[in-house]
Amino acid sequence: MEKKILETPFVKVEPELCKGCGLCIEACPPQVLKFHSKFNSKGYHYAYYIGENCTGCGVCFYACPEPEAIIVYKKGYEYVGEEVA
Amino acid sequence: MASKVLKKPRSFYDIYERNPSPDKKMPHYCPGCGHGNVHKFIAEALDDFDVADRTVFVSPVGCSVFAYYYFDTGNTQAAHGRAPAVATGTKRALPHSIVISYQGDGDLAAIGTAEILHAANRGESMTVFFINNAIYGMTGGQMAPTTLIDQRTTTTPTGRSAHNEGFPIKVAELISQLEAPVYVERVALFDNKQRARARMAVRKAIKNQVDNLGFSLVEILSPCPSGWKMDPVDSMKWIRDVMMNQFPLGVYKDITKEVEPYIHEPYHPTAEEIKKLIEIIPESDKHFARSDVPERYKDPQIKVAGFGGQGVLLLGAALAQAGMLQDYHVSWLPSYGPEMRGGTANCHVNIREIEVGSPMVSNPTVLIALNRPSLEKFEPDVVPGGLIIYDKSLIDIDVKRTDVEVLAIPATKMADELGNTRTANMITMAAYAAYTGQFDKETLYETLKSAIKRQRLIEINRKAVDAGYEFGLKNRKK
Repeated sequence: MEKKILETPFVKVEPELCKGCGLCIEACPPQVLKFHSKFNSKGYHYAYYIGENCTGCGVCFYACPEPEAIIVYKKGYEYVGEEVA
Repeated sequence: MASKVLKKPRSFYDIYERNPSPDKKMPHYCPGCGHGNVHKFIAEALDDFDVADRTVFVSPVGCSVFAYYYFDTGNTQAAHGRAPAVATGTKRALPHSIVISYQGDGDLAAIGTAEILHAANRGESMTVFFINNAIYGMTGGQMAPTTLIDQRTTTTPTGRSAHNEGFPIKVAELISQLEAPVYVERVALFDNKQRARARMAVRKAIKNQVDNLGFSLVEILSPCPSGWKMDPVDSMKWIRDVMMNQFPLGVYKDITKEVEPYIHEPYHPTAEEIKKLIEIIPESDKHFARSDVPERYKDPQIKVAGFGGQGVLLLGAALAQAGMLQDYHVSWLPSYGPEMRGGTANCHVNIREIEVGSPMVSNPTVLIALNRPSLEKFEPDVVPGGLIIYDKSLIDIDVKRTDVEVLAIPATKMADELGNTRTANMITMAAYAAYTGQFDKETLYETLKSAIKRQRLIEINRKAVDAGYEFGLKNRKK
């Protein structure tokens, strides 16, 4: 498959792995994470990326206590397929 | 090289087996719990230093008791407060491992206070992460040693009072007063800047161990939203506005630039060195032919009992030693109180042609009683047809049983006449050997060489063997 290089930083929050603590939302410098109005199967209003202006700073990754709930892709990240979406 | 992606560190498992949910990707911690952040910092550091494969993570008692479900490293789980002791053992045995003791405040600063102080004072080359959330979180928010003055907990409903519950223990300050630790810092998790500092402190504390510099401790002020009954964001504010006032952040000690790397290789003395150290005369490589033992005395299960100080245990050990010289399977199991003299002591000895199943002798075929309480206590346990040998000069009662053989020997009196009362045990041993034909005199002489540590006492004990042996032979049952 074709290799792509990420132009715009991107943050992915895994809805099912988020406990809705809100620490990433509080921490995010450009304020691009919000609580979703829906809740996940565990009953938490999970965080989500509003879709623009992520700077890829990674602050939310270290604010999040969950191992796998947040993935931050920085500019220049090489990937294939739909990994970053 | 800085990574272009921030995702789950490899030092975490992919699947957390214990998690009941189908995805098994969520740790058990409450939303907003600081354990998750610190776990992440640790796992990331283990990845970056490439040491996960030689890391042993010691889980404590507390919420992080299940850390071993998360870290893909070596894992042990210690009794409450004992993680530094377990970590010490691990590090001493495996000096090239990276040993992490991860502890909460109830674990480290209450029940485990002695463990952490001494591990730190010995400068064990380990990394301690001390999660301070000012309460017992796992059990529902009781007061911990680190609970703040005026802080309300379930066990300090009106707030902690210095007069009633004392002051919060400041672990970073305390440990930094010791000479050995190389790095002690207190950090917090309340905002981006502090989390970044905490992450660097975690990395440094692990790196110190990778570089073999010694003991590092990082105290982390960490939120417990459930125990504090606050939401996660407010918990962070509480650390900043309240907790930090009583637990100031900062580097309390850092001598990592001054110390030399040191690896404490374990000392494995050879068998010969051990014998020298504990003054055991090199064992005889002699072997002796087995004596012709009458059927009823074969495979003896012996109980030797008396006062502590009478040489009860030595008597039993000598019998086992003699058995070894004749290539029997033997066992010797001592049982005694804390007193070196005057308490009661007994030991269990097996001398078997086949392997010994259990070293316990509950129903002896031979009872050797050196004082009256022992005779009274163990006489009923002797198997019918068994043998009771007792020191007639100390025991003023007779054996009541009629279904056993009895050899009454005035051992202490005989020993006195030889000039050393304390040889009564060897007199009795020799009497047993001669009476039953279990061992010949040469075997007993050889036994003395290893049983009697002090060379100058061997001669008197040889005389004791002679005297006892003669007595045993003379009183043999026809």
